[in-house]
Amino acid sequence: MLNNINLKRMRIAVTGGTSGLGSALVRNLAASRARVAFVARRAQLVELVSRETNACGIVGDVGIKEDIHAMALEIGWNLGGLDVLVNNASSLGPTPLKLLADTECEELHEALVVNVLGPFRLTKALFGALAASARDGRGGIVINISSDAAVSAYPGWGAYGAAKAALSHMTAIWAEEARDEGVRFLSLDPGDMDTPLHALAVPDADPATLKRPEDAAQEIVASMLGALREYAPLELARRP
Amino acid sequence: MTAADRIDRPFAKLLVANHDGVISQLPRAALSSLFQPGDLVVANEAATLPASLQGVHRPTGEPIEARLAGWLSFRDPTRFVAVVFGAGDYRMTTEDRAPPAPLAAGDRLEFGPLIASVEGLLNHPRLVHISFAGHPASVMSGLVRHGRPIQYAHIPEPLRLWDVWTKIAADPIAFEAPSAGFALDWRTLKGWRERGVGFATLSHAAGLSSTGDAALDRRLPFDEFYRISEACASAIEGAKSRSGRVIAIGTSVVRALESAGTDGTVRAGEGRASGRIARGARLRVVGAILTGVHQPGESHYELLRAFADDKVLDRVRAAVEERGYRAHEFGDSLLIERQAA
Repeated sequence: MLNNINLKRMRIAVTGGTSGLGSALVRNLAASRARVAFVARRAQLVELVSRETNACGIVGDVGIKEDIHAMALEIGWNLGGLDVLVNNASSLGPTPLKLLADTECEELHEALVVNVLGPFRLTKALFGALAASARDGRGGIVINISSDAAVSAYPGWGAYGAAKAALSHMTAIWAEEARDEGVRFLSLDPGDMDTPLHALAVPDADPATLKRPEDAAQEIVASMLGALREYAPLELARRP
Repeated sequence: MTAADRIDRPFAKLLVANHDGVISQLPRAALSSLFQPGDLVVANEAATLPASLQGVHRPTGEPIEARLAGWLSFRDPTRFVAVVFGAGDYRMTTEDRAPPAPLAAGDRLEFGPLIASVEGLLNHPRLVHISFAGHPASVMSGLVRHGRPIQYAHIPEPLRLWDVWTKIAADPIAFEAPSAGFALDWRTLKGWRERGVGFATLSHAAGLSSTGDAALDRRLPFDEFYRISEACASAIEGAKSRSGRVIAIGTSVVRALESAGTDGTVRAGEGRASGRIARGARLRVVGAILTGVHQPGESHYELLRAFADDKVLDRVRAAVEERGYRAHEFGDSLLIERQAA
């Protein structure tokens, strides 16, 4: 039975679902017949990806506090619950990239709001649904998309790197705290990808040296399946 | 900061009336140290919809507020039971609200981006079936953007969705918050888990607690849909087989469990709780209830009469008044154990 775990009918939400890695993830998951909802800011793009994938598109901005519960509500209603949340939406901070001493406070603030506070708020709003999924023996996984900039001190990547480091450490602590609720937290670094975000940061990078977002999406899906597989025996053991 | 998380919340109070009718008082933070290993706490995981809609009654052009009060078809956001008020909002007590312009079947109602029509009246000028035009997902999206949480005049600042979602909120189906659940946080659940007290959830579409109209209030609660998962049903069976008690967090959980367990066995699935539970009702599943402070005559208070006799409840009321318990939905808590027969 454990080998049969797949994504069919899993209820999965992805933020930043119309661009780069997020869009590749939505397409991959929808093709695996998961029940997918995604969030993005631009209504036209949301409609386009929704039409192409049959995934449920929700217009919203994880950087706006007032949008968070509306998103959470639409995700919960459209999917009938939630098994996996992928916090993928991300902001580089100032572009072109700036040295920290040149970075405006407001620019750092914006990077922290989108990369840390947004995922915190959305995860908190959906934590009840994720814990309910875990109690029902389905799953309950949060995947936060990280970066090697969270670990390595790349000059020019201060706002982004500091924010991703905060997100990554928050993920590690939440993983400890939520384990007994049956909700798992993963921080995954997809690597340098050929995406609009990377092009903004490093405009003259050679795309041929970068990972395709479709390949990174496939690796993330593999980690998701791995977490679900680890989860299953834990659940079975816990049953009276 | 949310309404449920105000500074004073860590100091919330808890009054316990045990199965012998003995009353004791605790800080509510002590909740995590109550109950015995083998007991099972069951809470309502419903998340609250923004169910108050400001709009216009198109035939007269007069402003109205519709409060969605129940699903006609479970989870279908295009058809609801609704209570309609005339001009004004939550800042005015519901008792003082003007009636809406006379409503008739077929009347067009406009709520921001949403267009609805009156399907029919339900033997009262304020109580209607309404239906929204459009695809269910776009109607839900419109509701989420235009609606506000239903609220009452005792809280002056407008509530936001984060104020009316409990920490365990998961399933967006309730019209008012299942407010007993505001007493729970993840620390409390952790405390129970460490002591072998079980925890399960069901979802129950809690409706309006009050309309301000005596005739309508007598008809509360309206029929409410609920869903009980396999995991919840089997947790209840497990508790019963260990002679553990089932503790309901809120009246909605009592209604769902007693409706689903009329023969003492709670079955998983969807159902509809109808009618009031009151004095003399035989409780087959639930052994104790955690609830807020309610007044005699309210359906929530009447339900407590199934747990304890009036002598006990009168003493509870006296203690609650003497100690200044806060009676609103973000207030203090009571734990009433079912009295030994």
